[in-house]
Amino acid sequence: MKRTLPILAVFTALLLAYAFYEAIWVAPMERTMGDVQRIFYYHVPSAWTAFLLFTVNLVASVVYLIQRSPKADAIALVSAEVGVVFCTIVLVTGPIWARPVWGIWWTWDLRLTLTLVLWLIYVSYLVLRRFSDSSQTPKLAAVLAIFGALDVPLVYFSIWFFRTQHPQPVIGGGGSIDPRMLHVLLINWLAFSCFAVVVCWWRYRLEMLQRAVDEAESLESLMGVQQ
Amino acid sequence: MISLRSITVATLTKDIRLEWRSRDAINSMLFFSLLVVVIFSFSFDPNAEESREIAGGLIWVAFLFAAVVALNQTWARELRNQVLDAYRVSPAPANALFLAKALGNFILVSLLEAVMAPLFMIFYNLRALGPAWQLIPVAILGTWALVVNGTFFAAMSLRTRSREIMLPLLLFPISIPAVQSMVEATRIILAGDGSARFWIVLLLTYDVVFTTACLALFETILQAE
Amino acid sequence: MTDAKIPQHLPHVALNNLIKQFGRFAALRGVSAEFAAGRFYVILGDNGAGKTTLLRALAGLAHPTRGTISILGKSPHEACREVGYMAHPSLLYDEMSGMENLRYFARLYEIDGDERCEQVIRSVRLDPELGRPVGQYSQGMRQRMSLARAILHDPKILLLDEPFSNVDVHSAREIVGLLKEMRDAGKTIFLVTHQASLLEGVADEFVWMQYGQIVERTASLNPARVGPQ
Repeated sequence: MKRTLPILAVFTALLLAYAFYEAIWVAPMERTMGDVQRIFYYHVPSAWTAFLLFTVNLVASVVYLIQRSPKADAIALVSAEVGVVFCTIVLVTGPIWARPVWGIWWTWDLRLTLTLVLWLIYVSYLVLRRFSDSSQTPKLAAVLAIFGALDVPLVYFSIWFFRTQHPQPVIGGGGSIDPRMLHVLLINWLAFSCFAVVVCWWRYRLEMLQRAVDEAESLESLMGVQQ
Repeated sequence: MISLRSITVATLTKDIRLEWRSRDAINSMLFFSLLVVVIFSFSFDPNAEESREIAGGLIWVAFLFAAVVALNQTWARELRNQVLDAYRVSPAPANALFLAKALGNFILVSLLEAVMAPLFMIFYNLRALGPAWQLIPVAILGTWALVVNGTFFAAMSLRTRSREIMLPLLLFPISIPAVQSMVEATRIILAGDGSARFWIVLLLTYDVVFTTACLALFETILQAE
Repeated sequence: MTDAKIPQHLPHVALNNLIKQFGRFAALRGVSAEFAAGRFYVILGDNGAGKTTLLRALAGLAHPTRGTISILGKSPHEACREVGYMAHPSLLYDEMSGMENLRYFARLYEIDGDERCEQVIRSVRLDPELGRPVGQYSQGMRQRMSLARAILHDPKILLLDEPFSNVDVHSAREIVGLLKEMRDAGKTIFLVTHQASLLEGVADEFVWMQYGQIVERTASLNPARVGPQ
């Protein structure tokens, strides 16, 4: 088991390199947008990965509230941190793509806006974790994660309806996608998911190590200061 | 099991009595609300046509800021003399405390809105082109949406550093769909531009979902030390 | 005089390896003890010894990191009706009068009517008719009103955390007298203080704490101590 992480890391590095090659050289040029469109292969998989990680966070939070398992709390923390990173990638690549193609920096695109709100919710989650008293943090954070999850469908509907009232451009274009592009997209998604797993795993290990250190220190303080 | 209703009522009346006795807090909040309206009026000074379009947004943003000031206040009272401990060691249910605080906040914020709304109408020469009565359910549902989560997050913030900034930090992201609904509904009603029904229903859904979540989870965060 | 519900062999209050940690700091490091009914326990020790944490754990305000607390056979939360808590802050609303404060807390315990509130206020030698807000009381009066709040629901067990801080000697002696009466009437009292001399001759047992543990239990304050329990 100990070897798995480094092996997976190497495999992921190779996969990412291959996915990059596919995205930049192999994938066909988009008719109207040209090369800029290739950012799509980073924008979309990042979004899917972020949503996946936030789902993991929700499940871990619920498990924590039911079982008070410290492992569940660690998984919640890790998935939130890495999820925010991927979210940031989506929010940065979106405008970079939109500006040259559609001439605007921002649009209330459904996916982009949803990502923005999720980013805000999870940044507030991370701030809460940092600012609260260490013994109560897991509980408060888990409750906030649940509130965030309840919010998501409401955000989705409000943006969706808003867009029917105020038509806005759609980033990424709608409609069907060339099967060759789909192929490249899926490869990139696989690479990003593996990358997310590697980073999360590493971070999880780091977190558990840190907790073990804290535990040992407090046990030391428990056993005897002077006697 | 102790009656939820009687304790909620007792706590609410106690809070109203306390608020009335230390009127400084309300007075300064009222003045703050007035200031917000005036500053907004200086910053956004459009002609009548445009004002109807953006008034919805302006009013609710102004209410949001006034609400945050109010929300931060109401739990502060329970921290003085550690009086919250007296509630926690009693057999009284946590939900009664939450409901009482939320209802108290609702009354307080509604009071602030009742002062700010007419001022907005005056400064912006607002007149509703759509069914004006619909503004009432929008105001009630919208205010409850801000207050129910605001009360809950204010209680959460008690256990954190930088308490005052923590509340808006947690509240604003989660409130986005509610704020959007309030703003859109108000804009539609003022401009007479279609039906606000969808937004009112969305607000109602938001209120139901989060009131339930708050009632279910309040005990957990109250007993967190 | 035995309480039919509680079997005789179960101690009134029992702590089993109680550990309470705040982050890396361990306030209670494995406290195990049993306490009998109807006795007056005074808890002493330096600052940071864990006295306040112990009391808050008994009150249900601090949740144990590990270990158990049993009060009358129940958890502190379940036993809340039998426990009264008082601390150095008054746990009262400064803007209301004593009677108004107690009326509110009476509702939390489902106590109807004013009689009980008036009775309790008189029993701590204060005047129920006094309309002055509690915030304007002297410290001695405030502590007595806080005591009134703590005994409002006639609990079997009283927890008091530094009730004599900043209180004049006369009021302090009065409060000790009141507590003695309550102990004689059958209540169990746990009192944390730095002013142990006030309790000499009144307390049944002195519990000494150090570094989050109970190190000794004695029947008196004399240097030639009787020996640990």
